[in-house]
This record gives sequence, C-alpha cells and structure tokens, in this order.
Amino acid sequence: MQLAGSTGGHNVVIEIGGLPIEVQTTDAGFEHLLMGRYGSYVASGVAPEFALRVRLTSPHFFDPDAEAEVWLEDREWNMVRGDFRARWNPGQKRGEVFQTANPYSIDSVLRIVHTLMLAPKGGFLVHASSAVRNGKAFLFSGVSEAGKTTIARLAPADATLLTDETSYVRKVDGRYFAYGTPFAGEFGEPGKNISAPIAALYLLEKASENRIEELEPALAVQRLLRNILFFAHQAEMVRQVFESACAFVAAVQVFQLSFFPDQRVWDLIG
Amino acid sequence: MASTETYIAQSPDIAASTLGDDTIIMSTLDSTIFMLNSVGTAIWKAADGATPLSRIVGEKVCAEFDVAEDRALADAEEFVAQLAQHGILSVSAQPASPREAL
Repeated sequence: MQLAGSTGGHNVVIEIGGLPIEVQTTDAGFEHLLMGRYGSYVASGVAPEFALRVRLTSPHFFDPDAEAEVWLEDREWNMVRGDFRARWNPGQKRGEVFQTANPYSIDSVLRIVHTLMLAPKGGFLVHASSAVRNGKAFLFSGVSEAGKTTIARLAPADATLLTDETSYVRKVDGRYFAYGTPFAGEFGEPGKNISAPIAALYLLEKASENRIEELEPALAVQRLLRNILFFAHQAEMVRQVFESACAFVAAVQVFQLSFFPDQRVWDLIG
Repeated sequence: MASTETYIAQSPDIAASTLGDDTIIMSTLDSTIFMLNSVGTAIWKAADGATPLSRIVGEKVCAEFDVAEDRALADAEEFVAQLAQHGILSVSAQPASPREAL
C-alpha cells in the first residue's frame, strides 16, 4: 500500500497527546468540519510526524450495527466498523481511511490509531475523566454511570478539565503525563489542550458518603485494565497493554473513590 | 505402574505479573483477567511442568501456609482445573522434558 505523501489538498494537523497527525483530504467541506470539531487540537506550524489520508465515500457504505474490528496483517493494522474502513502502517507512520464526511468515523479512527501508537511506549487511552489542579493531573476512571462526567462537573474553579470521557496517558522520560483530549462524553465539550504529570488515579463508585481507600496493586491493575481502551486483541498488543497497566500502577497511586455527588468530594483530591 | 502425579506448566499465551502477594494474569487469547491470591501465586510460580503438583503443594503451600496437606492438595487440584479450563495452565500426567520445562 502506498501511504506516504500529501494529497496537496485541504489538510488539517490534529495534535492530541503531543502527537501531530496530518489528516489529509481533498474536500474543503471536510476540512472545515475537522477544524470545527477539533478546535484547539488543530495545530499550525507543526511538522506532522504522522498522516492519515481520508477518502470520502458515498453514504451507502454504512452499517450502524457493526462493531469495530482491529487486526494486524502484513505489518499493517486494519480497522473496520460499520461506518469506516482504515489501515495504519506503524512503520511508515501513515494510514488511510475510507468513510463518509462525518466527524464520528474519523474520531473513532483517531482513537484507535492513538491506542496503537501509545501501546508500545507504555501509554494508553482510558475511560476516565481527568483534570489538572495545582499543576498535577488526576484521573477518575470507571465504567459507564460510575460518575466520570459527574465528578468533572463538580470540579472547582481552580481545576482545568482535560476530558470528561477518554483520558490520554503517556509515559515520558519514565513519568506519566495526562493530556487533554477532544474526546468528549456527556459534557459535550473537548478538554483543555494541556498536559500535566499524573498524581493519582481514582477508580470511581457512587456512594452515600465520601470515602477514599488505597487499592492493592493487583486489584488496581485489574480494575484499570477493565477501563483501558483496547481495540486490538493481537497477543503482542495484549501483552503491551498488560505491561503498561502494571507499570502505571507501580508508578502512580491508585485509589478507590466512593463518592456522594456534591462538591465536597473534591476536598479529598489533591 | 502408571503415574498418578500431575504436572502443571504456565501457558505461553498469557501475560502475568506478581504485585505484592497477589498475581494478575491476562490471557493473550481472549484478554480475560485472573487474580491469584498468595496461595495461588505460590502454586503458579512453581508451575514449571517438571515438578509434581503434590510436591509443589508440600513445599510451597503446606510449608508456607497453615493448611493440612490432604486439604491443600484437593484445593490445589480444583484450582489447577479451573486455570486449565481457561488455558492459563497446562496439565499433564508426565513431566515436561528439560527443554520444554525451560
């Protein structure tokens, strides 16, 4: 597959987690859509290290019931869902997407590609809201309805929201950093495009009173693994994600945070 | 006379890490996750394919934990069967050859 090169068209560099991906399109309308969707994550004056060429297809290529499948074949990752087909070559740092002109498909492809780029380097995306307070990042992870968005809404004025839905974790020089993401949940707004070293991960559970407990490491890894975004189930990728979770728990404090949904919960954080 | 010993070996299709007293294991085949307590961890670590389960129980379980050998062996056999069912351990009536046990 020839993936390198530019379309010479309406390209947009989307930088999430400090990794700039040039999304290449020949369609001015799609460029406009990307600019609006990714806002502060659109980078200018940045030499993109990665590229995704988007080929817009007709609407008949759409199956809303299909789930995403990701697999490795001939050193390329293949991704298929009802609304897109894509390939990503990690060696070339290039990929190609076939989708209709909508923001949801490219959003999903970007999430998958970022998980594939992060995994060999000890990073991951995780179902978690996150915020920066006093220069430190705090992650709040849990399954659906655990309270990720709730705790983000309750954040005090001196906290900066990185995301209410999907947190971005990178290992940089042996330290873990959380980055803002444009991947929003119920909040409906992208997080602030900043990063900070991670001080703690809180695994959420709604309760009648606020309580915080440090978790045994193995239990923390088990709970974290349940929430890491994990699209590719190829053995080496599974090992990488597993080892990333273990290394993260060894380096970052992990707590069980049972909380009653009002602002007092933030008195326990930090 | 046929051997009644059981030999257990860790599957190659897993990722595992011992954290504190516990071990967490993830199948690379289906991503299922297993948690082993300290007793399970002792058996898991000794699962080299060459040491009989009865000896593992005697040396790693009964010597370290306050439990009768008959009871410990029965519990260990049940534990091994569960892990084997999920492909986490392989079980054999014969010891692995030195090369396999490596």
